[in-house]
Order: sequence, then C-alpha cells, then structure tokens
Amino acid sequence: MKNNGPILELRGVSKYYGSTAALHDINLEVENGEFLTLLGPSGCGKTTILRLFSGFESPSKGDVLLNGKVINDIVPEKRQLNTVFQNYALFPHMSVQDNVSFGLRMQKRPKAEINSRVQEVLRMVHLEDFATRMPAQLSGGQQQRVAIARAVVMNPMVLLLDEPFSALDFKLRKQMQFEIKHLQRQLGITFIFVTHDQEEAFAMSDRVVVMNQGYIEQSGSPQEIYEEPENLFVARFVGEINILEATILEVQEMGQYLADIDGVTFPLRTRREFAVGEKVLLLLRPEDLKVYRPHDEDLEGPHLYGRINETVYKGATVDLTITLTSGKKIQAAEFFNEDDADINYNRGERVAVNWVAGWEVVLDDAGE
Amino acid sequence: MQGNKRFRNFNIGTVWLWLGLFALLPQLALFLVSFLDRGEIDFFIPSFTLGNFKRLFDPAFVNIFLDSLYLASVSTIVCLLVGYPFAYLLARTSKRLRPWLLLLVVIPFWTNSLIRTYALIIILKTHGLINQLLLWLGIVDGPFSLMYTDIAVFLGLTYTLLPFMILPLYASIEKLDTRLLDAAKDLGAGTLRSFWHITLPLTSPGIVAGCILVFLPALGIFYVPEILGGATNMLLGTFIKNQFLVARDWPLGAASSILLTLILVLMALVYRMVNRKAAAADPLAPPRRRRRGRVA
Repeated sequence: MKNNGPILELRGVSKYYGSTAALHDINLEVENGEFLTLLGPSGCGKTTILRLFSGFESPSKGDVLLNGKVINDIVPEKRQLNTVFQNYALFPHMSVQDNVSFGLRMQKRPKAEINSRVQEVLRMVHLEDFATRMPAQLSGGQQQRVAIARAVVMNPMVLLLDEPFSALDFKLRKQMQFEIKHLQRQLGITFIFVTHDQEEAFAMSDRVVVMNQGYIEQSGSPQEIYEEPENLFVARFVGEINILEATILEVQEMGQYLADIDGVTFPLRTRREFAVGEKVLLLLRPEDLKVYRPHDEDLEGPHLYGRINETVYKGATVDLTITLTSGKKIQAAEFFNEDDADINYNRGERVAVNWVAGWEVVLDDAGE
Repeated sequence: MQGNKRFRNFNIGTVWLWLGLFALLPQLALFLVSFLDRGEIDFFIPSFTLGNFKRLFDPAFVNIFLDSLYLASVSTIVCLLVGYPFAYLLARTSKRLRPWLLLLVVIPFWTNSLIRTYALIIILKTHGLINQLLLWLGIVDGPFSLMYTDIAVFLGLTYTLLPFMILPLYASIEKLDTRLLDAAKDLGAGTLRSFWHITLPLTSPGIVAGCILVFLPALGIFYVPEILGGATNMLLGTFIKNQFLVARDWPLGAASSILLTLILVLMALVYRMVNRKAAAADPLAPPRRRRRGRVA
C-alpha cells in the first residue's frame, strides 16, 4: 500500500464540457498525509478536480493516478476515496447510525465490526448519543459531522471535502475548521479540501493550490502564497493588497535595486531579475505599510506622502485609506501598540508612508 | 387585508359547498340507503336492516369481489412496472424536453375514455391491428382474437389508468436529490443497490399515491371490462351498476359501493402513514410539532 510517490496525481489533465474547457493541462501531485486545499473563485475548476479524484468525472485528456496507478476508468464506487459533499447529502430516510454504516453495509462487513466501527467514528465526531436520530432532527453542524463520519468510517486513502462549511455560520465554521484539522492529524490520511475562502484555506492547510479559470496559478504553503504571491491574481485573491507602479533606476548586487515611485527613489529587494528602465509592480499588504506624521522623529529614508481619506476602527487595527499625492488610493492597517504613538488620524491629515524594508513583492508589469 | 380575507373565505366556502353537495351528500345518501330494505314499487322502504351487508358475504358476490380484486391488483402492478421506468426517464430528461413528454402523457385525457376503449377494439379484434401485424410478420399462422380475454381487460385498464400512475411517480422522482445517489455511489453502492436503498424508499410516497389512483378506479370502472372482457364474468363495477340500473336493488348497490369507499379510506390511511414517514425524513419540511415557549 505505502509508496513513496504521490498518493494522488493529475498528469496533463484537461477537462472539456462541450467546447468550454474547465481544466487546462493540469499537473498536480498530492503527497501522502498532507492537507491540501484547492482555493479559487467559483468556476475556477477546483470542484472539477475533486470530481476527477472521486470518479464522478473522467478527464478529457491526461491521467488520474491513485498510488501510482491510472484510475481514469474506475467508477466512483470502486475507488478507495470518500467525499464529504457540499450539502452533506445525508440520506434523509436513514438514522445517523444507518447513514454512517451505509458504506460498510455495502461492503457486506460483519455486523459486529460495522457496529463497533460506527460507534468509534461517532465518538470521534462527538455524536455518540445521536445514533438513532434522523438527519432532519440534527442541527447544521451535527449534520456536517455525520457527513464526515460517514466518509471517515470507510477508512479511505484520501478524504475529499467539497466546500463542506459553506452552509455553516461564522462561529461554527471556525470550530469545524479546527476539528477537521485535528481529525486529519488523528487519522494521518490525506485530506483534499475545496474552498473559495482564503482564510479557511490558510487556517487548515499544509499546502494551498490557488486556481483560476482552469489553471493552477500558484501552489505553496499558506505563508508562501500570502507573502510571495507569484502573480497579480494570487496577490489580489488572497487578502487585500496595494499595487504601486515603479520604474527600475539602478541594478545593484544581490537582488537589490533602486526604483522610482512617483518621483521618490526607493531601494527594492527581490529574487526576480529586472533591467534598468523596466516598469515593475510593487505589491504591499496593508499591514506591511507604516504610517507616520510628517514631523515624526522616526521618519528616515524615502517616503510617499498623502492625506488620510478614511479611518475604520476594527478593534485590533485601524484601517486607513490614504490618498497619495499621485492621486492613488492605498490601504494601510495600523496595529494598536502600547509604546506606539497615537494612531487616531483625522480625515484630511497629512501623513508619510513607507514599509518594512524587504517585505515588498516585485512583479513585472505584465501588460496590466 | 379585510377584503383579502373575505375573498379567501368565499373561495374556501365555495369549494366546501361544492364538495358537500356533490360528494358528501350523495355519499351520505348511499350510506343511509345501504341500511334500508328493497321495495317493489319504490326503490327502497324506510326501515333498518343489516341484510344488505350480509348479502355481500354471499359466495356469488365474494367471487365477483375476488375477481375484481385480482384484476385491479394485476393492472396496478402492470401500471407500476411500466409507469416507474417511464416516470424515471421523464424526470431525468432535459428540462427543455420534459414539458412536451408530460404533454404526451396527458393528451389521451382530451378524448373521452369510453371512446378510447372502443378504439382498442379495433386494435385487439380478430383481423384487428395487432392480429394483422403478427400475421404480416409471420409470428402467427391464422387470425385470432385478443378480445374478450383477461389480457384484453388488463391492456384496457393499464392503458386507461397509466397516466394516473405516471404523474405522481414523476412528481416524487423529480423531487429526488441526485446528489444522494452520488453519495451512495461514493460509499460503494452500485446502480442497483443505490436504487434499492435510496431511490425506491425516497419515492415511496409517489408509488403509494400512484397505486391508489390506479387500484381504486380499476376496481370500480365498469365499462372497460364490459367492453373488452365481454360478459364472461361479472366484476364489482358492473355489479354495482347493475344493482342500480338493471336489478333496481338500490340498497344492495349502496352496500357494495360502501365497501369500495371503505377500501378507499383504508388506502388513504396507508398513504398518510407513508407520507408522514417521508415528511419526517425530509429536512426541508417544517417540524411537525413545535414546542411552545418564549417568542424570540
């Protein structure tokens, strides 16, 4: 069973519905035991990938591999993968017990084994006292747990989760995220999770695959995705971001550059290579920006100047909208800090802005 | 608001009045007559007797009843076996095609069913359409007749009553969430087993409703067996009709008719039970009992 290669793999997979392509030549490897999230807006192809794994779709081109074997033509009921469906898809005419035991009953396992396995799994999802209830008598969160138990009881090699929390409220969602993550550690099996919620993806995953219009835009740890987005789509999709235009003035060594932003010369650091005169885009997260009053003593190095346009009190932060002298609007999030100066800015107040050196992401100006 | 309420009351009142006058009142009259004695000059004599019901246990009537039951049951089963796949395909075809197929199911209703039954004669009789087709294909050697056989009666009943089976079945199959079938597949159930464990139980209200809608008319309908089955054996519908129109024994006709009503009530109870079970399992249905408490 164990094998050192990827547990699931897509090799050059394309999927067409009629003449429209849902996936373009996708290559994806899923390591055994990892928590992988497919993240993207609706229609990006993430659910199609999940359905290729579960067997409800077959690739128009390319191969789907499970444990190194091509499984393109194997029907869903013969695959050792199980799915937690988006709206749970619990069988409404069966009790919790019968729902959870359904798969084992289909395998014609001995009754005693079925009962003990079902008990064990129900305990795992804290539903041991609800075995005789009907799904309609359960809350949304409890139904969610039954759906998870029903899949987990099958001992799948990989558990597929299709936006399982979309019907839950915010608080319950947070709790289920925690529990799913815990469950994955406990079971030690591979989870593939589909969501359009980047916070959810970051909170749970070892690896996030960001998708858009049938392509994989970037694959990496949550931190890489957030801090080192490879392109504008990823940068914009995961959280707020400010985009400034810059022109390279001077190429120094070790990935150091000098660049002009609205007439101010800034030092830049990046792994990417650029030439003098090239136009680049500077990506900065709101929390990476530092805001000063122009007469502040800490003020050193180059700055951009602007006026406070709007302040929104968020509790842990104050979110500022600043109109730069160039007319461009940017977002900055200032944290409350005991020894920090007063961050209650007034509308229209003049401020200076820079950022933590080296935290900027520099991309080439790809026609945007 | 006030006008709206009055309008609603008026509407509901009209329906009640209609049902009261044309359904409840005649039924009540039948019920009363079934306890009366048969009269020589009048249709009945005011008295009280259970004799009419006793006469239902006469072996001759019991035979008629059992024959009718057999015919109705077989027709219902045939309708179910033909109607279920039909309704299933109907519910699963593209949304664009569905209304047209439904229309095809309903179109026969536009012609009087008596006329349609007579039309069946042309198909079934010696030298009829079926006969000629089989002769032409060389499957049979000489002319033969399907008329006046049980097969003809089954055919006629199934043909006449099939839409009553298809429509409720269609309604319940169309409501079935196909994601449940995906889930069953995902858990290792093949097509047959997911049909047995998921589709069949979840469409049972439709099955029961369709069976009731076919079985009861099949018991009572008298012209189909009469026209296609000939006078070979008397059936319940014909028997009741004869008591009123030929034998002029209203009390006995009423008593046998009450028997049919009792079967109807029984089946309605079964339907309610099945439906309630299905409703309890339906997550979208409102809870049946709400606990009284503080108003949020």
